[in-house]
Amino acid sequence: MTTVEDAHALVLAPERRIRILERPRRTTGVWSWFTTVDHKKIGILYGSTAILFFMAGGIEALFIRLQLARPNGTVLSAARYNEFFTMHGTTMVFLLGMPIAAAIGNYFVPLMIGARDVAFPRLNMLGYWIFLFGGLFLYSSFFLGGAPDGGWFGYAPLTSTPLSQGFLPGRGPDFWAVGLIMLGIGSVATAVNFLVTILNMRAPGMTMMRLPVFVWMMLVVAFLTLFAMPSVTAALIQVFMDRNFHTNFFNAAAGGDPLMYQHLFWIFGHPEVYILILPGMGIVSEILPVFSRKPLFGYAIVVFSGIAIGFLGWGVWAHHMFASGLGPVAVSAFSLSTMLIAIPTGVKIFNWLGTVWGGQVRLATPMLFALGFIAQFTIGGLSGVMHSIVPSDTQQTDTYFVVAHFHYVLFGGLVFAVFGGLHYWHPKIFGRMLNERIGKTTFWLMVIGFNLTFFPMHFLGFEGQPRRTYTYPKGMGWDTLNLLSTIGAFIIAVSVLTYLVNVIYTTKRGPIASRDPWDARTLEWSTPSPPPEYNFLHTPIVTHRDEWWHRKYTEDDEGRLVRLPAGAAVAMDEPADEPDADAHGIHMPSPSYWPMVFALALPTLGYGFVFKNWWILAAGATLGLFAISALAIEPPTEPEPEPAQRELVAATGEVH
Amino acid sequence: MAQAVVATTEHGAVAPADAHGTHATNTGVSNAKLGIWLFLSSEALFFGAFIATYFLYRGRDAQFLKGPKPSDMFNIPFTSVTSFILLMSSLTMVLALAAIQRGDHRQLRVWLLATALFGLTFIGGQLFEFTEFYRGGLKLSTNMFGTTFFVLTGIHGAHVTMGIVWLLVLWGRSSGGHLPQAKSEAVEIAGLYWHFVDIVWIFIFTAIYLIPQH
Repeated sequence: MTTVEDAHALVLAPERRIRILERPRRTTGVWSWFTTVDHKKIGILYGSTAILFFMAGGIEALFIRLQLARPNGTVLSAARYNEFFTMHGTTMVFLLGMPIAAAIGNYFVPLMIGARDVAFPRLNMLGYWIFLFGGLFLYSSFFLGGAPDGGWFGYAPLTSTPLSQGFLPGRGPDFWAVGLIMLGIGSVATAVNFLVTILNMRAPGMTMMRLPVFVWMMLVVAFLTLFAMPSVTAALIQVFMDRNFHTNFFNAAAGGDPLMYQHLFWIFGHPEVYILILPGMGIVSEILPVFSRKPLFGYAIVVFSGIAIGFLGWGVWAHHMFASGLGPVAVSAFSLSTMLIAIPTGVKIFNWLGTVWGGQVRLATPMLFALGFIAQFTIGGLSGVMHSIVPSDTQQTDTYFVVAHFHYVLFGGLVFAVFGGLHYWHPKIFGRMLNERIGKTTFWLMVIGFNLTFFPMHFLGFEGQPRRTYTYPKGMGWDTLNLLSTIGAFIIAVSVLTYLVNVIYTTKRGPIASRDPWDARTLEWSTPSPPPEYNFLHTPIVTHRDEWWHRKYTEDDEGRLVRLPAGAAVAMDEPADEPDADAHGIHMPSPSYWPMVFALALPTLGYGFVFKNWWILAAGATLGLFAISALAIEPPTEPEPEPAQRELVAATGEVH
Repeated sequence: MAQAVVATTEHGAVAPADAHGTHATNTGVSNAKLGIWLFLSSEALFFGAFIATYFLYRGRDAQFLKGPKPSDMFNIPFTSVTSFILLMSSLTMVLALAAIQRGDHRQLRVWLLATALFGLTFIGGQLFEFTEFYRGGLKLSTNMFGTTFFVLTGIHGAHVTMGIVWLLVLWGRSSGGHLPQAKSEAVEIAGLYWHFVDIVWIFIFTAIYLIPQH
C-alpha cells in the first residue's frame, strides 16, 4: 500500500523534471483562459472574440455608410474608404462568420453528440489563438504602413503588382495575403478537429442519422473548409510571391494570367459562402422544432439537401466571373449549375415551413430570429437565382444590387441565425436567462434596421450605383435611398448594442436557468446549465433522434404527447445534486501553454515576411519549432494522480 | 474516452489496451490517424493548385520558355538519382515502423536516421540544382517556367524539410526513452506524412522533368 511518504514523492516527482514552463493545472481563474483545452471555454473565447471583431467590422460599415449618406461625402478619403470596405468584408467573412460558427460548434458539437471533449483539445485551442493573432495581425496593419485596400477578394494583378510599381502603394496587400494564409491554417486545424470529433466520438447509439442537424451542417462545413482553403492559400502565396519576389504568376506582360487568380480565389470563395451559411441553417434547424414543439419536418431531406449544397457548391464558382469573358460554353454551364443549387436550398426552406406548420408556436426571441432568417434568406436566395441568369448578372455586376443580395444572405441569413442561436443557447452557456423584452427589442430593431439598410440597395443597384466607389455626384437620383440606408445601418448598430446590454444586464439580474428552459430536444439540454467540465457524468446511451425529447415524452395510443413522470428523464445523469460524486473518475485533458506559444510564432513569421526582415523570420521559425516540439512531447493528458496522492493533494490543496 | 486514456508507461511496460485511442472511436480508426488522413487530403489539393498552375502556363511557350530553356538546364540523371533516394526513404520509413511495432528500438532509431538522411540528401540535391539553374540565368522572374518551377518544387522542398524535422524529433524522443512500443502510432503517422510527400514528388517529377518541354 502506498504510504504518505510515497505519495508525497509522487506529488513532487513532476517538479523534478526540468521544464521551461511548468505545466499549468488550474482550470479556474483568469489565467486558465489562456491555457484551457476545454471545448466550452474555447467556444466562449471564439464567440466573444468574434463579436469584438464584428463590432470592429460594424464600425467600418458605419463609416462607409456615413461617407455615402450624402453625395460628395467627405467623411472618408478615397484611400481610407478602400481600406474600410476591404477590412469590413475581410472581417465579416474571416473574423466573424467563420469563427462564430466555430464558437457555437465548439461549445455544442461535443454536447450534442454525447462526448466529453473534442478529438484534439490542444489543436482546438491552437485554432483559437491563430484566429485571434491572425485578426490582430490584420488590424495591426492600420498602424504599420496601411491596411489592406484591394477588396476582400483581392483581385490580382491589382494586389500582386510589386510595391515599386504598385497600384496599391501601402503594405496592405502583404498584410492581407499573409494574414489570410495564417487564418486559413487555423481554419484547417479547426476543420480537422470537427471532422474527427463528429466521425469518431459520438456516444453509443448516436448514429449519423440521429445527429442533430446542426452537427451535420458543421460536418459538411468542415469538409468544405478542408478542401476550399488550399486553393486560396495557393493563390495568396502566388500573390505574395509576385508582389515581393518578382514572380510572374499574374503579370500579363510576362505571360501570367490574372484570370487564374479569379479561378483559384472563387474555387475557394464560393464554397466559402456555404461555409458561412450552412451553420446558420443548422442553428435554425435546431431552433424551429423546439419552439414549434414538433420534430424537424423531413430530417433526412434536410440533411441530404445540406450535403447536396456542399457538393454542388464546388461547381458554381465561375458565376462570380460572368463579366470576365469566359466564353459562352463555360458561362452556360455555370449558369445551369447555379440554378441547380437553388433546388436543395429551396427544399430546406419548405422543410422549415413544414416544421412550423401546425406546431404550437412560441414566439420567444430565438424563434423570432429563426423566422426572420427564413424570410430574409429567401429574399437573398431569390436575388441569387437572378444572378444565375447571365445577361441579368452582367447588368448587375459591381452594382449595389450585388451588395444587397449577399447581405440578405449573410446578414439576413447568417447573422440572424447566429443571434437566434446566441439567444437560444445563452441559458445553457451562462446559466442565466436573457431578458425576453430586451431580446425582442433587439430582434425588431435588427429587422427594421437591416431591411432599411439593404432593401434600398436593390434599387440603387438597378439605377447603376457602383460598389467600392467612395462617393457619387449629386443629381444621380441616389440621394434619398442612400440616406435611408445609412439610417438603417445605425439602427442595426443600436440593435447590437441592446444585445450587449442584455448580456451584461442579465449577468447578475437574469433568472437562473434550469437545465432545460425551452423544453428542448437535443442532448446538450440534458446537462446542467452551465455544463460541468466533463459534460456528462455518464456517457449517454442514445436510442432516438431528438434523444432528450424522447427521454421526457412518450406518445399514448392516439399519438398524443404524454410527459413521462418527472425524474425519469434525468435518472441517467444527475451530477448537479451531488457535485463531484463520481467526477474524480473522469480524467480530462490537461491545460497547456504551447498552443498559445506556437500560435505566437505565426504572426512573428508574418511580420518577418511582410517587412522582409530575416531576424524576425528566424525568431518566428525558432519559436514555432520550439513550441511545436514541446506540443508533441507534452502528453495531451497528464497522468492521473494516484488515489492516495489525490487525498494528499486535497489536504494540501497543491494541485487543484 | 480515447483522449482521457493515455499510455503513461515507458519502454517495456504494457500500455492500456486503448492507448492508441482506437477502441473507443466510432469508425475504428484512431483520432490521430483519421486526423492526419484528413489533413493530407487538404494538402493534396494544395499541391494540386500549384501543379495545375504549372500546367496552365506550360503550353504558353513564348513566355514559358523565354530565356534559358529548361531542357538545356536539366540534369536528368542527377535529379533521377536524388528522386530515387527520396523514394528509397519511404522504404526505410516502413522499416522504422516495423521496428517499433516489434519493439526493436535500436533498429527504429537506425531507420529513422536513415530516412532523415535520405531526405536531407534529396534537399541537398535540390539546393544544388536551384543554384545551378540560378547561375545558368534562370530566376523567379526570368520566365513563366522559372516562376512556376521554383515555387512548386520549393514548396515541396519545404514539406520535405518539415518531415525531416519531424523524424529527428521522433529520433530524439526514442533516444530519450520516451517512445515506447505502445506509441508506435506516432511513427506511423509521421510515416503517412512522409509517404505522402514522396508520392507528391512522383507527380512533380513526372510533370516537370519527364514530360518533354517541346
